[in-house]
Amino acid sequence: MTPAVSFQKVSRHFGSIRAVDAVDLDIVPGEFFAMLGPSGSGKTTCLRLIAGFEQPTAGSIAIFGERAEGVPPYRRNVNTVFQDYALFPHLNVLDNVAYGLMVKRVGKAERHKAAEEALSLVRLPGYGARRPGQLSGGQRQRVALARALVNQPKVLLLDEPLGALDLKLRENMQEELKSLQKALGITFVFVTHDQGEALSMADRVAVFNDGRIMQIGTPEDIYQRPSTRFVADFVGSSNVLPPDFVQRHAGQRRWASLRPEAIRVGRAANGEGVAARLVSSNYLGATTRLALDADGLKLHAVVPAGAALPAEGEAVLLTFNREHLHLMDEAV
Amino acid sequence: MSFDATMPRATAPAILPGSGGMRGALSDLFWRRPKVLLLLTLLPPVLWLGIVYIGSLFALLAQSFFSIDEFSGLINRQFTLRTYGDLLQAANLDIILRTVTMAALVTLASAVVAFPIAYYAARYARGRWKALFYLGVMLPLWSSYLVKIYAWKLILAKEGILTWLLAKLHLLWLLDAWLSLPVVGGNSLSVSFTGTFIVFVYVWLPFMILPVQAALERVPGNLVEASSDLGASPGQTFRNVLFPLALPGIVAGSIFTFSLTLGDYIIPQIIGTSRLFIGQAVYSQQGTAGNVPLAAAFTVVPIVIMGFYLWGAKRMGAFDAL
Repeated sequence: MTPAVSFQKVSRHFGSIRAVDAVDLDIVPGEFFAMLGPSGSGKTTCLRLIAGFEQPTAGSIAIFGERAEGVPPYRRNVNTVFQDYALFPHLNVLDNVAYGLMVKRVGKAERHKAAEEALSLVRLPGYGARRPGQLSGGQRQRVALARALVNQPKVLLLDEPLGALDLKLRENMQEELKSLQKALGITFVFVTHDQGEALSMADRVAVFNDGRIMQIGTPEDIYQRPSTRFVADFVGSSNVLPPDFVQRHAGQRRWASLRPEAIRVGRAANGEGVAARLVSSNYLGATTRLALDADGLKLHAVVPAGAALPAEGEAVLLTFNREHLHLMDEAV
Repeated sequence: MSFDATMPRATAPAILPGSGGMRGALSDLFWRRPKVLLLLTLLPPVLWLGIVYIGSLFALLAQSFFSIDEFSGLINRQFTLRTYGDLLQAANLDIILRTVTMAALVTLASAVVAFPIAYYAARYARGRWKALFYLGVMLPLWSSYLVKIYAWKLILAKEGILTWLLAKLHLLWLLDAWLSLPVVGGNSLSVSFTGTFIVFVYVWLPFMILPVQAALERVPGNLVEASSDLGASPGQTFRNVLFPLALPGIVAGSIFTFSLTLGDYIIPQIIGTSRLFIGQAVYSQQGTAGNVPLAAAFTVVPIVIMGFYLWGAKRMGAFDAL
C-alpha cells in the first residue's frame, strides 16, 4: 500500500542547526499518527515539511506516492490546524471555514453550505456570523478544525492543537478528535510534546529527539518497550536503570527501563530486593508518586492511593518482577 | 536604599508609613482618584486644541458665510451662501477638480510604492536592517521641506540631472514623448504636473510607509501560511488576507497623503504649471485678492472631501480589522 506520507532520508538544516536530520518515516493511510518530542526536537519542522512551509535540504518526501519537494503549500491537498489557530480576524467564522473553497472558486451558496456542515461536524452549528475574536479558545480550535476539514484533505496536520486549552477541555477534545478521525478516515498527523496525549490518541507514535526519530511504534510499544534511555525517560518518565544495576538483577550488562508502577514498595528492612530510602511523596489523587533513593540511584514508584505509606526518610525495600524490567537496544 | 541583612524581618511593618509631605499626599490622592490625574494632565492640551485650534477653525468657517463687497473690497458680515456659489464658477471648480485628482493620484502612487517597502520592513528586516529602514524613511523628514523641493527643481529642470541621465541612456526621446502629452506634459518636468506629482509622492511617502508598516507588523505570519495552506496562491493571499489587514494602515496613510496634497500650496508653486491648486487659491484669495470669505470657502472643500473619504472608507470596512 502507498504510504500517506513517506520521508526518505529527509533533512532540513538551518545553517549549522540540523532541525531534521536524515529522517525515514512512513505514515499509513487512515492512521492517527503522533509526532512526540520535546521542543526543538524537529517534530514541528517535520510537520511543516509535509505542509510545504519548509523544503527539505536533502532527501525526498512523497504524499500518497507523489513527489512533494518543490511543490508549494497551496498545491498540496494537505491542510493544517495551527497551534494558535491562525483564524483570519477580518472574516467571520463562516467565511473563515469557507476560505479554502473560496480560493478554489466554489460558488458562494455551495461553499457556505459546506462550511455550515463542517461547523456542525465540530459541533458549532450556527456560529457562522461571529467573529473569531468573539469565540473562546476551545471554539476557535473547532473552527480551525472545520476550516481544514471542509477541504477534505488527504492528510490533516495538527500542530499542538490542544496546547492552549485547559485540562478539562483538552481531555474532551482528545476524545472528540479521535472519534472524528475514525468517522472521517482521514490520515491525521499530530504534533505534541505531551506524551499522555500521544499515547492516548495515536495509533502509532514517533518519538523525536535532536532532529532524529528515536523510535516508532504503537503507544504500547513505546511505553512498555522503549528502545533508548531517551524514550524511556521522555515517555511517561520510566526509571532508567544503569548497566551495573541491571547486571546485578537481570544478569545482563545493558541499559534497562522499569515503569514506576511496576515497583512495589515494602517496609521490611531485610529480605530480597533493593534497599532504598523514601525521599518524598507526591499525592496525585488516584495514585501517589514516591521519589526514592537506592544507594545514589534515583527511582520513582507509583502506588495506588490509600496504600499505607512509609514516612519520608524511612528505609524501604523495593521489589519488582523480572519481566517488567525492559532491556533496551541502546549500546552500553 | 540598601538591603539591611541585620534587620530582623519580624519587626518590619506590614503597612509602610506614607512618605509624608505634599508629594506623598498627592501621590496617594492620584492613586485613589486616577481620574483627577487624567483631568489635570489632559486639561492644558484640550484647552489649547479646543480654543486655539478648533476655535480658529470655526472662526474661519464662519467667514465662509460672509461675502465681499466687490466695489469697496470690504467684508459684508451677513449670512449668505453666495461665496459657496462662487466656488461653483468654472474656474474655481477647475481648481477643485485638479487638486482632488492630484491628491487621489498621489495617494494611489504612494500606496503602491510604500507597500513593498513596508512589507519588507515588517516581514523581513530585523535588527540593523530595521534601524536602517527607519533611518531611511525618516531621514528626509528631518531636512527642510523647502530644501527638498528646490533640490527636486534642480533634478527635474531641463538642464537637470534627470535629463542628463536620460540623455546618457539614450532615452531622451521617452522624456520628450511624455512632455509632449497634453495636461501632464510641458516645457520640462519641473514646470509640468508630472513634476508636481513626483515631488508630492516623494515628500509624503514616509507618511504612507509608516502606518502601512505598522499595520503589516500586526499581521501574524501564520495567517499568510494558513491562507497558502488552504490553497490560496500568493496573489489570492495578497487580495484576501494581506491587503484587507493592511487596509487600516493604508487608509491611515492615505489620510495624510490625501489631505496634505489637498492643502499644500508650496510644491505646486515651485514645481508645476501656473494653473492653481486649492492651497494656492486660498493663499492668493486671502492675501493678494483680500477675499477672505472665498478663501474660507475654499478651505472647507478639503474638510468636506476628507469627511466623505473617511465615511466611504468606513463603509468599505477599512476599519473592521482594527
